[in-house]
Amino acid sequence: MLRFIVTLLLLCLGATLPAAEVETGDARLDAAFEQLLDRNFDVKALGVAALAESDHPKRAELLRGVLEGELRYLNKPPRLVWMREKDGDRHAIDALDGGDHGKFSSRKFKKLPINNAMRGQIRGLLAQLQLSDPDPEVRLKSVNEMLDNPEPGHEALFRSLLDKEQDPAVRAALQSALALAGLGAAEPGQRRQAIAELAGSLEPAVRNGLTRLANGDPDEQVRADAAAALQEIEQRVEIFGHLETLFFGLSAGSVLVLAAIGLAITFGVMGVINMAHGELIMLGAYTTYLMQQLLPEMTGLSILLSIPAAFIVSGVVGIAIERGVIRFLYGRPLETLLATFGISLVLQQLVRTLISPQNVPVSNPDFLSGLWQINSVLALTYNRLYIFIFCLLVFAGLFLLLKYTRLGLQVRAVSQNRAMARAMGVRSARVDALTFGLGSGIAGIAGVALSQLTNVGPNLGQAYIVDSFMVVVFGGVGNLWGTLIGGLGLGIANKVMEPWAGAVLAKILVLVFIILFIQKRPRGLFPQKGRAAEG
Amino acid sequence: MFLLRILKGDRGGQLFLLVLLLVLIAVPLLNGLPADHPAHVSTYTVTLLGKYLTYALLAVAVDLVWGYLGILSLGHAAFFALGGYAMGMYLMRQIGERGVYGNPELPDFMVFLNWQELPWFWYGFDQFWFAALMVFLAPGILAFVFGWLAFRSRVTGVYLSIITQALTYALMLAFFRNEMGFGGNNGLTDFKEILGFSLQSDSTRIGLFIASGVALAVGYLICRALVRSRLGRVAMAIRDAENRTRFVGYRVENVKLAIFTFSAMLAGLAGALYVPQVGIINPGEFAPLNSIEVVIWVAMGGRATLYGAVLGAVGVNYAKTWFTGAFPEFWLFALGGLFVLVTLLLPRGIAGLFRRRGDSA
Repeated sequence: MLRFIVTLLLLCLGATLPAAEVETGDARLDAAFEQLLDRNFDVKALGVAALAESDHPKRAELLRGVLEGELRYLNKPPRLVWMREKDGDRHAIDALDGGDHGKFSSRKFKKLPINNAMRGQIRGLLAQLQLSDPDPEVRLKSVNEMLDNPEPGHEALFRSLLDKEQDPAVRAALQSALALAGLGAAEPGQRRQAIAELAGSLEPAVRNGLTRLANGDPDEQVRADAAAALQEIEQRVEIFGHLETLFFGLSAGSVLVLAAIGLAITFGVMGVINMAHGELIMLGAYTTYLMQQLLPEMTGLSILLSIPAAFIVSGVVGIAIERGVIRFLYGRPLETLLATFGISLVLQQLVRTLISPQNVPVSNPDFLSGLWQINSVLALTYNRLYIFIFCLLVFAGLFLLLKYTRLGLQVRAVSQNRAMARAMGVRSARVDALTFGLGSGIAGIAGVALSQLTNVGPNLGQAYIVDSFMVVVFGGVGNLWGTLIGGLGLGIANKVMEPWAGAVLAKILVLVFIILFIQKRPRGLFPQKGRAAEG
Repeated sequence: MFLLRILKGDRGGQLFLLVLLLVLIAVPLLNGLPADHPAHVSTYTVTLLGKYLTYALLAVAVDLVWGYLGILSLGHAAFFALGGYAMGMYLMRQIGERGVYGNPELPDFMVFLNWQELPWFWYGFDQFWFAALMVFLAPGILAFVFGWLAFRSRVTGVYLSIITQALTYALMLAFFRNEMGFGGNNGLTDFKEILGFSLQSDSTRIGLFIASGVALAVGYLICRALVRSRLGRVAMAIRDAENRTRFVGYRVENVKLAIFTFSAMLAGLAGALYVPQVGIINPGEFAPLNSIEVVIWVAMGGRATLYGAVLGAVGVNYAKTWFTGAFPEFWLFALGGLFVLVTLLLPRGIAGLFRRRGDSA
């Protein structure tokens, strides 16, 4: 408050003096910049404050320019300028009216020197300026920023803002900021009231403040209150921690489901172990890479186009594998396993030879990067969220396809009883090829999703093949629901165990669990019913 | 007499043992020739051949369970690696004070990890007899427990193959962890001597080569005797019709368990002979790919012949050595192509080419 009054006084003083070095066309700005150019840092600080207090529309921009050293000044004629690129040259552009002052040179256009104390001051002032920004998100962010660097003057400011504020989220933030300031009140009663107001807030600043009170407050009642409030907050933090684990587990599980669901079809319907499944995933990821090479400027579009493209690429390769190799090996599942393993080696080496033995870069489009900040302890990354949604969409699509289309009907018929289906006129060879193509195409789509999460390289498929088999075997062969529940369950189990067991041990434990589980239920979580399953 | 009886009618086996005997005599002699002599066999080649022989023994072990019992194990490399680790632990303890840190008790990697004392599972490995026992017991016990669980609950076919793969994958991840006390990522290496003989010297290498050959011959004969016995016949019955054999009154689980455990021990022996010759054992040996490669050796040579497994192991590995030297990029094409072509065109492997129609397995 005191600083404010002094500033005002000085402003009045400044306004009476003639503008010496800077002409901005605004007397208050002139005065502020005159102080800013003073040699004494205390006077400069007053200039900064004056600049912030002025209601010039460009004050925030100017302050930021001072902070980052981008705002330069010219002595004669006295002008403030920005350095800007123009026609391949660096030009000095007037900061206020936008006029061109010719070519830029560091000697002619000088910096406004500031020190660290002033940098802190400017940051705080900028946050305050943002408090009156029309965008509620900006206001919320600046309140939270100010919460992290509390200063005594903020309390009055928050109180005055609270009266005007309409947005509920910003109001809540302001209230908790006020209550936080109240934690330092002299009266124990006020402190207790502040604690009561803060109950349930998840801000780290609140937790710090409460911890301080719980440990060191002179009043016993306040200490007890603070400890109770803190415990409640810790409980909520824990719940959100569990939610976060659940989310990580679901997203890890949806990756597993995506990788395994194509396998579930080929394995379940045809009893064929396709060891090249991982490489079909890899092909999908490489399709994404090639699509991005074709459309380097449009990352988002190329990802969307990659989905059908990868489906077609992997699907066609899958059909070729089925027609070329697997159909000669029906009824000999172990031989199929070996032959498809050979194919997987060839496909890997093909990618190494044709593209590169190294990993290739695949960029993420904007809509997949970033965080969804739900509150200060829970943030979900968009790419994991979208993978989860994508997994559900693929699952739903496949489920509807198998349930409501003619192909789906035939696929189910062949998987339940091949001989009977043939007797009813289903061309089982064609169904086999299409089923294999479908499963392989889904693997390609999984590859598109994986390209956004992991490195794309020739070994991509191998990393997922063992996991995919585990999911299918765990869920029960020939059952899509089993794959979904099995995959999500294993993903969650992995993430739940990770904090105390470590990533590797968690994975080992999951594998051991599956090995033991298979002993108990040799046909998986949801065994196929009926005589066909007897085998 | 016993030898003649078990080899009766096994012409491929007779030929194989004869060739093995000749090689075991000829190679050390040729190694003794002066280095510039055209027929000289370098010590490097001797070690390479010794490595092939241990692979062949592993392939025989896999053929026993796959060819005669119908269990496609995708985890036999795990038993091989366990035997190798048991031998590696003995060799580690033999290093003694000659390690980089000069600690007489602890292997280098433990000193590096700041461990104060030897973990309990390393006790006894300074004695050769104990290590030799563990070479059989470690894989044997694992196979017994795993098989007891799996066969009792009648996990068969593809499911069994996949959980054997999960087993070796889990072991690989476990051995990669430093906390396990098996050297983590780097495994066990830098061995100095075995039973007091320096591992660098030519004579030790020849000794190991001969030991591998003898182990292969003995392993082959035992397997041969086994498949000719009543037990072997029951095993083949299980392979061809498991449920019928069970209905006839045989305890299918016990037969499977016995043969599976024996096969794992044989694989462990192969691993134990492999490690001193290549001078390192690391978790990469557990990789699922290795186990699958063993299966392709057997398929290539011809399953259910035993000597075919030897043929496949030596042949494929020789091709691998040659390819990775001459055309490194094409090895995976060749191996992959081999998988496809052998399963499609040569379901009985190379041995099947020479066998007359109607020969019984």
